[in-house]
Formats: sequence, structure tokens, C-alpha cells
Amino acid sequence: MTMLVDTEVPPIVEMRGITIQFPGVLALDHVDFLLRPGEVHAIMGENGAGKSTLIKALTGVYSVDSGTMTVAGVKRTFASTADAQDAGIATVYQEVNLCPNLTVGENVMLGHVPRRGGTIDWRATHAEATRHLHSLGLTIDPRSLLSAHSIAIQQLVAISRAMVLQAKVLVLDEPTSSLDRDEVEQLFGVIRELRATGVAIIFISHFLDQVYEISDRITVLRNGALVGEHRTAELPRDTLVTEMIGRELDDLTALSGTAHRLIDRTGEPVLRAEGIGKRGVLEPADLDVYPGEVVGLAGLLGSGRTELVRLLYGADRPDAGHVTVHGAPAKLTSPRHAIDHRISFSSEDRRGEGIVADLTVAENIVLGIQARRGWTRKIRKSEQDALVAEYIEALGVRPANPDAVVGNLSGGNQQKVLLARWLATAPELLVLDEPTRGIDVGAKADIQRKVAELSARGLSVIFISSELEEVLRLAQRIAVLRDRRKIGELDSADVDLDGLIDYLANEHEGSVA
Amino acid sequence: MTRIWKHRLFWPSAALLVLITINSIARPRFLTITMRDGDLYGALIDILRNSAPLMLVALGMTLVIATRGIDLSVGAVMAVSGAVALTVIDGSPDPGNLGTVLVAIGFAVLVALVLGAWNGFLVAALGIQPIIATLVLMLAGRGVALLITGGFITTVNSAPFSYIASGYLLVLPFAVFVSAAAIALIAVVERRTALGVLTEAVGINPEASRLAGVRSRSIVWGAYIVSGTLAGVAGIIYASNIRAADANSAGWLIELYAILAVVLGGTSLAGGKFSIAGTVLGVLIIQTLEATILFLGVPSAQSPVFFAIVVIAVVMVQSPWVRGGLSKLTRSRRPQAVAEPERTKVAA
Repeated sequence: MTMLVDTEVPPIVEMRGITIQFPGVLALDHVDFLLRPGEVHAIMGENGAGKSTLIKALTGVYSVDSGTMTVAGVKRTFASTADAQDAGIATVYQEVNLCPNLTVGENVMLGHVPRRGGTIDWRATHAEATRHLHSLGLTIDPRSLLSAHSIAIQQLVAISRAMVLQAKVLVLDEPTSSLDRDEVEQLFGVIRELRATGVAIIFISHFLDQVYEISDRITVLRNGALVGEHRTAELPRDTLVTEMIGRELDDLTALSGTAHRLIDRTGEPVLRAEGIGKRGVLEPADLDVYPGEVVGLAGLLGSGRTELVRLLYGADRPDAGHVTVHGAPAKLTSPRHAIDHRISFSSEDRRGEGIVADLTVAENIVLGIQARRGWTRKIRKSEQDALVAEYIEALGVRPANPDAVVGNLSGGNQQKVLLARWLATAPELLVLDEPTRGIDVGAKADIQRKVAELSARGLSVIFISSELEEVLRLAQRIAVLRDRRKIGELDSADVDLDGLIDYLANEHEGSVA
Repeated sequence: MTRIWKHRLFWPSAALLVLITINSIARPRFLTITMRDGDLYGALIDILRNSAPLMLVALGMTLVIATRGIDLSVGAVMAVSGAVALTVIDGSPDPGNLGTVLVAIGFAVLVALVLGAWNGFLVAALGIQPIIATLVLMLAGRGVALLITGGFITTVNSAPFSYIASGYLLVLPFAVFVSAAAIALIAVVERRTALGVLTEAVGINPEASRLAGVRSRSIVWGAYIVSGTLAGVAGIIYASNIRAADANSAGWLIELYAILAVVLGGTSLAGGKFSIAGTVLGVLIIQTLEATILFLGVPSAQSPVFFAIVVIAVVMVQSPWVRGGLSKLTRSRRPQAVAEPERTKVAA
């Protein structure tokens, strides 16, 4: 499918040495980016790599601290998104920003409606909208309400609108995340049409297969820096994944014994999920977790690893499959139920779904226990003080002040507070989603050590991390997910980092073990 | 240096003190409390007694606001509650009987509780935005009250019923005891149990609280029930004061004054951390301010402007912007250390 692009064509967008500094974070560090007319260019990277920041610099949402940007040969600095639009750069976001209460035609032509004698010429409006839609191979009634159509169609309408604005650059940010397979094909058809007319398209997606199907070129970012730019056809998948994830040199090899610990899988599993799934979220998957076992979930962002554990925990409701806890059927339809079955879940979104920022360290730690006991049985002050002191000590929370407001702690210490909250509820299964993301190296090591130690004492753990070394180090068994589907399970004794990367990047059926 | 002005309740307390000082200068008798026939009288006593309905409503509003909500229906609930109570008393053969009055109060409070539960159902179970959900009852409630009274202003002559607003217990007006009991009850239930901190958790971060296993739906629902019930009691006090059920003017605009009292007391409209003591101060500020306006003889047409100026002043000194400016003035300027950004280079 890949079309080779002539490198000699002058680029439509040339970004050089783009640097963006946020308080405490260097979001982009001297990043170069070249976009040529008539190519589909994917930008790849894990969370926090700087993809969105780069796009927002290009579309005028953020202003750059240093670096130059040239669009169609003209040097530009965008003060607003309107500036970027005037320069011919259009963006279609994941959540479509059109007017759902207007018709398709109105949305396509908004701001450019033909007039006659001071009033809008509706006939011409709809005719022209139809023409634009047809040019993308779409047959949608321009008089129908936008909200009556699926997200996929709305996205295509948004693209049509970009074409009315005569965009030379089209940015598609996660356009396929809520589309099904046919809809993706339709979108790709439109993308190919546009590419043929010389429009340059930036495509951002977490789905590797889609990136390989549609893109001509790939730029990889990691931690705000450019890792490399490649022709898609010349870039093996495992090289791409390695570039995205990076390799971390660490001093935690001592922990790797954890991964080789023998797990007794003859008894009842703590948790057994069969065919658990939800339409559009995760294809039905099985998962067992035995006592004292650490099961790692490996997969790129958006692969379905978070979705799977959220379904298990009842944070989202599955529409297929069933779960047994210690052999007995369990309906885990809400976090409450999961907690009653001694399952705890720490979300990857520490600020949004983890800490209660304005409360103190102590209040955050006892929140889980207090919720279980109900509001009438308040945990006694002396009991709370002892418990909080114990966990602050055991996990090394800094500052070691139970009355400190959690929102003011560093990410690593917030994560420790959350771990304390869940451990205090004495779970039998602890689900940790990205517990080490965005925290300093010391706290990372502390948390991994704690997981190893607790599992050795019989706690079952589901451990999710983008850093595959962590998963390999801690988990005895690794379930691999890709594109919202569990593609297999590996015994971590049988696989090394390269093997795991190869497995989660390439098409496999069954097990490689 | 003590940082007393940094305390949450410093500015509301200061505002109240300033108001009282202005009053006592303009009117030396303002602070005087006299004893007549074993009962206490004076401007301060009046303020305490007159503040009872707003106090009850504002306490309920505090809890609702803490859950990120708002209850616009409290005034209408007051009207319904008064209408129910007076209709029961009016329809009974013996309006002066204590039993009749107690039954009437029981009915009225029960109806108010049900109305609060209705609000809670819309917000917590159906997930309707609080401002819309309670707007329904705010608009419909007064109509319901008119239906109950048959479109008339029902008046009664019942000594036990009048006692609620105008009677004395020991040396203080009975209504002051109702206020005090409500404050004590709410404070104990919220702070002696875990309800307060769970309410704050739900208000600060609903999703994190849900994932932590907090029954956030019940907590939000409960807040609206408490708010409705307290508004019902407030409606009885109001009706007792005028000895009539006036569906149009009972609790008129009280929802806005209650919200104001909560905000003056330092609780954020964004939800989360709340302060019962702050709300009590907020109510007393509003009530004292009204007394001041009355006494200073501000023409009634201009009194809302005067009111607004004072309120803006109090809210402004509490704003982070003004506070930031104040702390800059008080702190000696020291050079700000610029943290060197951590530059992590990754080999390409």
C-alpha cells in the first residue's frame, strides 16, 4: 500500500529545533519535523513523548519557546489556532469539534456559505456541500442533522470541512480510536484520496497495524526528543517499538528473581475471567491470576491493557464474559463490588482517578478503608494515626507528614500514598496500572521492590507498565495485548525483552513459547 | 509572627466584627441586651432569631455545595412546608392544641424530606446537572404550595405554632435553639462520623472516590435530603413568624442568600472542602448587614446596591488574587530561585 514519496519535493512544513518548556517539564527538546506534500506521516511515541505538544505547536495552540517553523516556504509564528488555519493547517480531533445541532451541509460550509442578496443561498450551500462530500467519495444527505450520524461520519464531515478551507496540511489526532473496522477502511479511503491530491496528512494513532497500513513515513518521539524519522516500508516493527519505549539501564536486576519464582497453579485462581469484553473497547479475553502470582499486562498504550483491568474491576461495565473469584461466580459491576471481593485497583491516571488532591496524606490513605466501613463507622483517630504512620514508614512517603496536602507531593510520593491506600484495605488481588509512570527513579525502584515483596508473601498482582523491563522483572506470566485484543500469554522464563517486543509488535497467532 | 490572618475563618470573622463595630458606633444601644420578664431583648438577639431560617437553609446548602452541587429549590420547599403545616392546622378542629401543631410540623418536614429526596434522585440517580435538577422544583414548588392552600394565603391563630418563631425558652428565643440544634447536629454528624471527609472526597474528585469504593451516589443523595429537610424546618419558622402560609413570599430568594452565606464562609462553589463554622459566620454577616441597612436608613430602593458593595468587598478579600497581593506586601521581597529544568536527553 505504501507509496514512495520523492524526497526532493520541498516540504510543506518544516519545523526546526522546536523547544517548548512547561513548568518543571521540558515538553519538547529541539525537535525537528519535516512534512512533505502528498504523504501520510505518522507521529509515534508513548504517553508524554511529546506528540500532542508537537501538534499543538504546529496548530497554534501552544507558542514555541525556541525553534523555527516554515509553512509552504514562509516562516511563521502562530499566535492562535486561527493563524494556523489561515496558513492552511486543519486539525480533526478525536472528539469532533463541529456543531452537532446543525446540518451536515451547514457544518461543511460554515463560515463560507454562498449568499444571494444578503441572505444565505441554501440551495447553493447544499449543492456545494454535496460536491465537497462527493469529492471524498461520501454520499451523505447534507440536509441531515450532524448528530444523527456516527462519530466516523462526523469525522469525515470534519475532514470535508477542512477541504472547504483548502487545507494543505491535515492533522488527524487519534481519528480511529472509536471507529470499527469498516469505518476505519472508509476513513483510510478518504485519506488516500486526499494524499493523491497532494494534501499532507499527519496521522497519530496508537494502533500499529493502522500506522503500517496507511503511513508513508514515521517520526518517533520519546520523552520530548526526536528519536528518528523513517520510511515506514524500511522500518521493522520491533525497531519502531524499541525506539518508542527505549531501554532503561537499571540497578534492579536483583529483583528479577521474582519473575522466576514458581507459582502453584493447581488450586483455584484468585480471579478467573472468561471472555470478558465490551463492544468497541475490548474483544473478549480470558485471564487467570493465582495466589502470590504477578501477572504482567504488556502492550502499547491503547492496546486494551487498561480497558481489560477496568472491566475486571467494574470501573467500566463489561457486556460479555464472566468472572469467578476463588472459584465462586462474582458480579463485579462496580468498584464497590470488586473491593468487597478484596480486589483493589490503582488507576494509571493518578491525578484524575487516584488521589483526592485537597485532602491530606492521612485522609487519602484511609479513604479506601473508610469507604469499606461506611460513613457511620469512622476509623478511630488513634487507629488512623498508627496505620498512617506504619505505611508512611513502610513505603517511605516524603514528606513523612500525615497532615501534608497530597496535591503538593511529588508524583512518586502520590503513587506511594495510593499504594498505601490499597494495601491498607488488605486486598487479595492488587491491580496496578502504570504505577511507575512519570515518577523519579528512586520511587520507581521502591514501588517495584514493594510489589515483589508483597507477592512473595502471597498477594496476587496484575501489573501494567509501558516499561517492559519492569513487567519482565516482576511478572511470572505476561499477557500480551494489541489493538484491543489479547493476543497471547508468555511465561517470563521463556522470553527476554527482544522476544517480548517482537511478540507485541508483530503478527502472531498462538504462543511463541 | 502569628499567621492568624491566614486562617480560613479570619476574613469572615473580621467582616462580622467590622459590621458590629460600625453598628455600635452608629447606634450605641446596638450591643445593649436587656432583661425583661426573664427574657433577653436587644438588636443582637433579634439578629440571632431572625437568622434562623437562613441558618437552616445555608447549612443544608453547605453540604450540597460540598458535593459539587447546588440546591435552588430551598425557597420553594419552604413555601410548600409552610403550606402543608398551615393547612393541617387550619383543617383541624382545635388549632391551638399542641398535638395538632406537632402533627402539622411532622407532616411538613416529611414532605420537605420527600422533596429533597426527589432532588437527590434527579442529581444522584439520573445524573442531571444540579442547577437544572433543582430548578425544576424551584419553579414548580410554589405552584404546589398554592395548590395546597387552594390559592389563598392561609392564616391561623395557634399559640403553640406562633411560639416557634416568637416564643422564648429559658432566656432566649426558641428559634435560636432551633438554629443551634441544627448547627450542632450537622457538625456532629459530619465531623464525628466519616460523612464529612467522604463528602469532601466526592466533591474534590468524584471519579477517584468512586474507584476507592466510596458510595458517592448515596452521599450526594443524602446531601439533598438534608438540604430539603432543613428547608422544611425553615419554612415552618417563617410561617410561624407571619402566622400564615404565603406561597409567594416564603423563602423568596433565600437560595441566593444561602449560597452567598456559604461562599462568604469560605466554602468553594467548586465543591470539596467545606466549613460549617464558616457558613454560620456567613449567615450572621448577611443578617447583621440587613439589620445595618435597615438601621442606617438606606432607602429601600438602594439597599441592594449597598448590600452588593459590602458582599463584593468581603468576597474580594478572600480571593486568591487579593490574598496573593497582600502576602506580597507583607513579605520582604527575596530573590526567587529559578529551578533549572531537568533536561533528559535521549540518544537518537
